[in-house]
Amino acid sequence: MTSTNPTLSPVGGADAPPAGLRPSRRSSVRAAQTRRKWYEIVGLTLPAVIVYVMFVLVPMGFAVYYSLFRWRGIGPPTDYVGFDNYVLAFQDPIFLDALRNNAIIVVGSLVVQGPIALAVALLLNRRFRGRAVFRLIVFVPYVLAEVTAGIMWKLLLTDNGTVDALMRSLGLGSLVRAWLADLDIVIWTMLFVLTWKYVGFAIILLLAGLSNVPPELTEAAAIDGASWWQTQRHVMLPLLGPTFRIWMFLSMIGSLQAFEVIWVTSVPAVRSLGASATMATYMVDNGFFARLWGYGNAVAVILFVISFVVALLFQRFLLRRDIEGAVTGRVN
Amino acid sequence: MAVDSAQSPSVTRRPVAWSTPLTYALALAVAAVSIAPVVYVIIGGFRTTPQIIADPAGLPDPWVWDNYARVLTQSDFWKQAFNSAVIAVGTTVGVVVLGVCAAFVLARYTFRGREGLYTFFTLGLLFPSGAAILPLYLMLRDLTLINSYYAVILPQIAFALPLTIVILRPFLSAVPRELEDAAAIDGAGRLGFLWRIMLPLSRPALVTVGVLAFVASWNAFLLPLLVLGDADLHTLPLGVQNFSSQYTSDTAGILAFTSLAMLPALLFFTFAEKQIVGGLQGAVKG
Repeated sequence: MTSTNPTLSPVGGADAPPAGLRPSRRSSVRAAQTRRKWYEIVGLTLPAVIVYVMFVLVPMGFAVYYSLFRWRGIGPPTDYVGFDNYVLAFQDPIFLDALRNNAIIVVGSLVVQGPIALAVALLLNRRFRGRAVFRLIVFVPYVLAEVTAGIMWKLLLTDNGTVDALMRSLGLGSLVRAWLADLDIVIWTMLFVLTWKYVGFAIILLLAGLSNVPPELTEAAAIDGASWWQTQRHVMLPLLGPTFRIWMFLSMIGSLQAFEVIWVTSVPAVRSLGASATMATYMVDNGFFARLWGYGNAVAVILFVISFVVALLFQRFLLRRDIEGAVTGRVN
Repeated sequence: MAVDSAQSPSVTRRPVAWSTPLTYALALAVAAVSIAPVVYVIIGGFRTTPQIIADPAGLPDPWVWDNYARVLTQSDFWKQAFNSAVIAVGTTVGVVVLGVCAAFVLARYTFRGREGLYTFFTLGLLFPSGAAILPLYLMLRDLTLINSYYAVILPQIAFALPLTIVILRPFLSAVPRELEDAAAIDGAGRLGFLWRIMLPLSRPALVTVGVLAFVASWNAFLLPLLVLGDADLHTLPLGVQNFSSQYTSDTAGILAFTSLAMLPALLFFTFAEKQIVGGLQGAVKG
C-alpha cells in the first residue's frame, strides 16, 4: 500500500517547511500540505472523470429517458408512451430472433473458443525455435479491423467463391451451402467468423497468464517425475483458472454487443429477416437508420440491462475470488 | 511484481531447442488457419477480377500491380488514411495522458474514497459501450460535435479509460516506495516524481495501453459510422466498407483496398506484440 508521508515527502520545494518550526506553524504547514495533496488528487483525476462520466455514463441515463417516448429525433421528445417501446420490442419476432442469435453467439463463443484457446496457448507456451513467429501469426486475426475481417470472409464465403471451390476440390462439394444467404445457416457462419476473429484474444490472455506461472512450479513437477502432459494438467490448468474466467467474462460481454462483423458480413436483407440480426444491429437498424429514436433507445436499455445482469451474476458466482487483486482488485 | 514479470522472459532466457515434429505440425496448422485468409486477400489483390471468378483459389497469373496502384493513386484512400491517423493519434495521446494521471493518483496517493473511485472506473468494463451508441450520437449532435474529429476521439478516450487504468495501476504501484522517498529527499514533489521517475519506469505499460488504444481506434467502425456522415471525414474502415458496397463487381480492387487498409495496424502490432503480452501480465494474475 502506498501512503502519504508528510515528513518524508514535502510537496514542492518552495513549500518545504524550514527546520525548527513552532508547533502552530507546523500544523498550518501540514494543513497546507493536505490541501495541496487534495489539489493534486482532484487536478489529476478530474479530466479522466469528466470524460468518462460525460461519454460513458451520461448517455446511458439519456437512453432510459428517451426510451419512454415515441420520438423521431427532431425537436425535444414530447410523445410520452411509458413502457410501450419495451413491450413492442418483446412482441417483435425479429427482436426475439436477435436475442436468440446473441445467446447462440455467447454460448457458442465460450464452448468453441475456450478449448481451442487453451490448447493453442499450452502449445505456444512450450519453448521451441520459431515460437515468437507462431505467436505473432496467431494474433493476426485479432488485430485486423472487424470491417476488414468481415469483408474478407464475405468475399471468401460468397456463392461459388473460394471456400466453395476449396471444398469441392477436397471432395466435400456435397456439403457446400449458401453460407451467407441460407436463413438457417447464416448465424452459424457468423459464429465461425467471430471465432476466427476473436480466438486470438483468448490466446493472448492465456499466454499472459501462463507466463505468470513461476518456473519453480514446473521445475518442481519435473523433478517429481511428471510428464509434460501431467504438468499441464495438474499445474498449469488449475493456475490458469482466474485468467480463463476473466476471458469468459470479457467474451460474454463482447458477444452480447456483437455488431461490426455481422453488420459487414451478412447481407442486410438476411439481417432484416432476423436470421443474422443481433441486439446491436437491430438497435442501429431501427434507431439510427429507421429514425425510431425512442424505440432504438429502448432496445439499447434492454441490451444494457441484459449485459449488466450477466456481468453481475458472473462476478457474483465465478469471478469474486479472481478480481481480488487481479482485474478490479486491490493492489499490494 | 508487474514490472519484474514483464522483463523476466529476457532475463531467464535459456538456449532454445528445436522441438518435436508434432509440435511444429500443430503450430503450423494453427498458423495456417489464422493467416491463410489474410494472405489470400493480399495475393488476391495481385490478380484481376476475371482471374478470381474463373478460379477463386488460384494464384496470380500473371501478377498484376494495377489494383494496388489504382487504390494508392486514389485521393480518397489517402484522405481516409489521414483521418484515421489523426483520430487514432488523438485518441492514443488522450487515453495515455488521462489514464496515467488517474492511475497515478489511484496507485500512489492515500485518501478517502480511493477504492470507490477505482471501482467507479472499473465499472466501465461492465458497460457495453455499444449499447450507449444511440444516446451518445444524440448528445454529440446536441453539442454540435457531429462531423468532427472530436466526435470520435472524445468517446473513444472514455471507452478506453477503464482498461487503461486497470492495466496501469498495478505497474505504478509496483514501483518501490524507496524511490519515492529518495526523490522527495532530493527535493522533487510528487508531480516531479511522476514525471521524472514513474513515467520512464512504466514505459512498457504505457506502450501496452497506447498500442491497444491506437489499434482499437484505427479499427473502430460503429462510432465513426454514426457520427462521421461527411465523406471528407471518413476513416479507413468506413472507406473499405463503402468501397466494397459501391464497387461490388470489382473484387480485385476490394481485395487491394482491404490489404492496404489493414497494413498499418498489422505493422504496429508486430512491432509491439511482446510489449502487449508483457503489459497484460500485470493485469491478469496467472
